[in-house]
Amino acid sequence: MEASRVIHAIYNDDDVLMSAVKKVRAEKHHIEEIYTPFPVHGLDKAMGLEGTRIAICAFLYGLVGLTVAITMMNFIMIEDWPQNIGGKPSFSYIENMPAFVPIMFELTVFFAAHLMVITFYLRSRMWPFKKAENPDPRTTDDHFLMEIGVHGNESALENLLKETGAVEIKLVDKAH
Amino acid sequence: MYTFSSKLKIFSIVLIILGAVGVGIGFSTSHKSFEEVETLLAEESHHGGGHEEVDSHEATSHNAHAEEASHATHDVHSEVSAQGEADEHTKHIEHVQHQIANRPWAALYVAAFFFMMISLGCLAFYAIQIASQAGWSPVLFRVMEGITAYLLPGAIIVLIIAVASGTIGHYNLFIWMDPEVVAHDKLIQGKSGWLNIPGFAIRGIIFIAGWSLYRYFARKFSVAQDTAEDKSNFKKSFRIAAGFLVFFIYSESMMSWDWIMSVDPHWFSTLFGWYVFASMFVSGITAIALVTLYLKTRGYLEFVNANHLHDVAKFMFAISIFWTYLWFSQFMLIWYSNIPEEVTYFVSRFNDYKLPFLGMVVLNFVFPLLMLMNADYKRMPWFVVMTGLVILFGHYIDIFNMIMPATVGDRWFIGIPEIGSILLFAGLFILVVFTALTKAPLLAKGYPLIKESEEFHY
Repeated sequence: MEASRVIHAIYNDDDVLMSAVKKVRAEKHHIEEIYTPFPVHGLDKAMGLEGTRIAICAFLYGLVGLTVAITMMNFIMIEDWPQNIGGKPSFSYIENMPAFVPIMFELTVFFAAHLMVITFYLRSRMWPFKKAENPDPRTTDDHFLMEIGVHGNESALENLLKETGAVEIKLVDKAH
Repeated sequence: MYTFSSKLKIFSIVLIILGAVGVGIGFSTSHKSFEEVETLLAEESHHGGGHEEVDSHEATSHNAHAEEASHATHDVHSEVSAQGEADEHTKHIEHVQHQIANRPWAALYVAAFFFMMISLGCLAFYAIQIASQAGWSPVLFRVMEGITAYLLPGAIIVLIIAVASGTIGHYNLFIWMDPEVVAHDKLIQGKSGWLNIPGFAIRGIIFIAGWSLYRYFARKFSVAQDTAEDKSNFKKSFRIAAGFLVFFIYSESMMSWDWIMSVDPHWFSTLFGWYVFASMFVSGITAIALVTLYLKTRGYLEFVNANHLHDVAKFMFAISIFWTYLWFSQFMLIWYSNIPEEVTYFVSRFNDYKLPFLGMVVLNFVFPLLMLMNADYKRMPWFVVMTGLVILFGHYIDIFNMIMPATVGDRWFIGIPEIGSILLFAGLFILVVFTALTKAPLLAKGYPLIKESEEFHY
């Protein structure tokens, strides 16, 4: 349930931002979004965001890569055309396994890395020619912006934000 | 200050006594007469599979080359007469007799080396932490200093066993120490400039002296820094750590040629030093984790938290994979090119040591890989302890695989001599390490990075 009107509170210090986040959360206001120019250590914990599951994805993608490598080489080298190449034993997969390990390793890493990156792009909705969703260009340089939904409590919220050290407070209508 | 609990002290002394009894049994049952071995072999071949065993004995023996050479001359010079067969029989029995006699020596040597290598790996880790000025680990420095206290006695014991096997023993570990073998072996003759007992002993003394001197001064400066007014001790310990690491990587490499690779004097591998290093490094780090957790459960390390454990477990995980990388690189290069003069090393291990040889890859790679991949598991003490015990067992098997095929061939077993030796040195290790831990406060409070370490948060 996204609010149609939001407050943009701008900060110019990440420590001030962190304490503001804790205060706003303590007052049970819902923080819609925070824009920062760089990763602020511990901000996700302060906001109460869930941990990422991308590492689990990467592990599973790695297993896929390993399976692809094994299936591919078993079919090509052992089943389809088991030639004698330099005396290497191509009677079964396990007998010639050491020669396949470099490929198994690389494909595992390849799948894990690339699919994880693609997952990241999809989940964070990033692609070329995507319209930037930046409410204030200064947040890519040296300012921090906290966006809070307004549900008829503007003045109380504004006072609270002023107390937390916001340098600028704006009431914004989200165009629909 | 840590006080050595009397329970643990009694436990370690019991281990030493039990181990000594086991080692004694091992030595007293290994002297078989010619006739005893003859009946033993007759019984074995009666049970089937005897002939195959006979073949593999010869292929795996440490003087395989010498024997093969003599076989060849037999074939050329004489039709296989009754006389020749009798010679073969005698030779075979003498060979097995020697292998049986080697077993307690090799068991003792493997266990002695294993515990020595834990503290040497720990010393290297300690020096790296100081030289790199790591901010997370200083709270563990006293634990590391305690573990490295075993290095001097442990390394001296290893060297004594090695030299004794060639002087008071019957060349039970290193065949190049046997003048009879060297006289008939062109390959060893060519290496005798390096492989001779005085050289071996002198190099060993230099290695041990270098390591122990670093350990002595690092510990001295570390304790002195606790009460010092300035940071001069810290600076000195930084400088000697950097110097030691240079000395260490040379001496460790040569030590691995001398103390391990030379049990197979016909074989050589260029990355062997690194491989042994990876093994000792991961064992040392695992020992740090285990000792730390033990002390923490006793309430002596309240400044150590899950974040420190997480970092140590990360090292266990990463160096386990590094070990596997070197193990596989060595194996795969030799397997791939399959040059007879170097591949015999793996042929004998594959034929007679299949379970330990492949089992250690599971213990040292697959198990830690899956157990320690998850960040949450790395923060759980019982999880790290379980994985750590498996890693240590795996690296014992690793050393076992390096020494045993060259000394006892296919007559290996993990029985009374092996377990006795492990208990003996485990007891000694516990006794020395925990005694050293009582000598100084468990927090190196004068170290400049100690505050950062205490507040370390991952």
